[in-house]
Amino acid sequence: MDTQLGKWEVFMQAKPGANYIHAGTIHASDKKMALQNARDTYTRRGEGTSIWVVPTDAIVASNPDDNDMFFDPSNDKTYRLPTFYVMPEGAKAI
Amino acid sequence: MELLEKNEKLQDNKLGSFEAKIERDDAIEPRDNMPEGYRKHLIRQMSQHAHSEVIGMQPEGNWITRAPSLRAKQILLAKIQDEGGHGLYLYSAAETLGITRDEMIAQLHSGKAKYSNIFNYPALTWADIGAIGWLVDGAAIVNQVSLQRTSYGPYSRAMVRICKEESFHQRQGYEIMAKMMNGTAAQREMAQDAMNRWWWPSLMMFGPHDSESPRSGDAFKWKIKRSTNDELRQKFIDKTVQQAEVIGLKVPDADLRWNEEKKCYDHGPINWEEFHSVINGNGPCNNQRMAHHKKVHAEGAWVREAAEAYRLKEEKLN
Ligand SMILES: [Fe+2]
Ligand SMILES: [Fe+2]
Repeated sequence: MDTQLGKWEVFMQAKPGANYIHAGTIHASDKKMALQNARDTYTRRGEGTSIWVVPTDAIVASNPDDNDMFFDPSNDKTYRLPTFYVMPEGAKAI
Repeated sequence: MELLEKNEKLQDNKLGSFEAKIERDDAIEPRDNMPEGYRKHLIRQMSQHAHSEVIGMQPEGNWITRAPSLRAKQILLAKIQDEGGHGLYLYSAAETLGITRDEMIAQLHSGKAKYSNIFNYPALTWADIGAIGWLVDGAAIVNQVSLQRTSYGPYSRAMVRICKEESFHQRQGYEIMAKMMNGTAAQREMAQDAMNRWWWPSLMMFGPHDSESPRSGDAFKWKIKRSTNDELRQKFIDKTVQQAEVIGLKVPDADLRWNEEKKCYDHGPINWEEFHSVINGNGPCNNQRMAHHKKVHAEGAWVREAAEAYRLKEEKLN
């Protein structure tokens, strides 16, 4: 039996308004312990203003073998870019 | 037969994508294809690194209750807490390779996994706490800075985080040494004695000479290692000798000389016999370190069990 408790992924927000970024993994038995361990492990120097913890097995990851197909940049769909459109002469701030 | 060929081709493609990534200096991530040897090498190296962080808390922990001031005690506590954190980062990074922390701890206890030899030496006086921070963390930093560019993503990210925290460790150690060198004759003697005992084991931390473990090995091919043992050792010596001079400490090496041609220090022979003897269990503290780790691990079992029992109970209630 594994005695090291469940695994949780830790995401941290460095300052208000910033994206949450993956910081690492911790072990804990429940949500409360997970938050406390994440704080002790990843914010000893005021690195964050907010923490998310997520059970590791709740993360669904893409398969790197499918990258070509999965992340096909669709270069043919140039209408996704603002430069595709012709703006009337003289129009400002657009 | 056809299926076999198809399988082989698939295998080749997978290895091809790994090698191409290494060639491009792309990081390898947990779900990427990797040769079994790469995975094994990393598990061995990263778990050894994690164990070193954790076992390394023991010689310093020995001085928490005897720190000479409240300031010194707070600093030492914070430093040791960091080391525990470094162990946790590294265990987690190693777990992404498919081994559990439980298994790694079991391998430490069975002797299958090693930890850095340096922690088999005792911290005899307060000056040893200075020498450990300055020399041992100093040597570890040189190695870890180089490992920030290692090819395995989770390992590299752990190294970046660790390096940010390490510079305080080295500075607090150097400050202790500087203070003692500014103190009484007895304090200066204590500092020099610590220097004499920790200098050579610190040089051994970088491992055998390149003539023994050549650059052509898998670790370099796979870009797990970016610099050789001797390159890193030289870097450490060159920056540390000057720091010793500034505070009046003598480097205990009669052969140490500045080499004007190579623009670096030449050093005397390292006692590899001692190195191997300590690795093989004959250091002053090998038994003590392992016995302590096993004891504390066993004594903490009820806490982990209670936490699990509490979770199960809460789940039933909700
Ligand atoms: Fe560390
Ligand atoms: Fe450190």
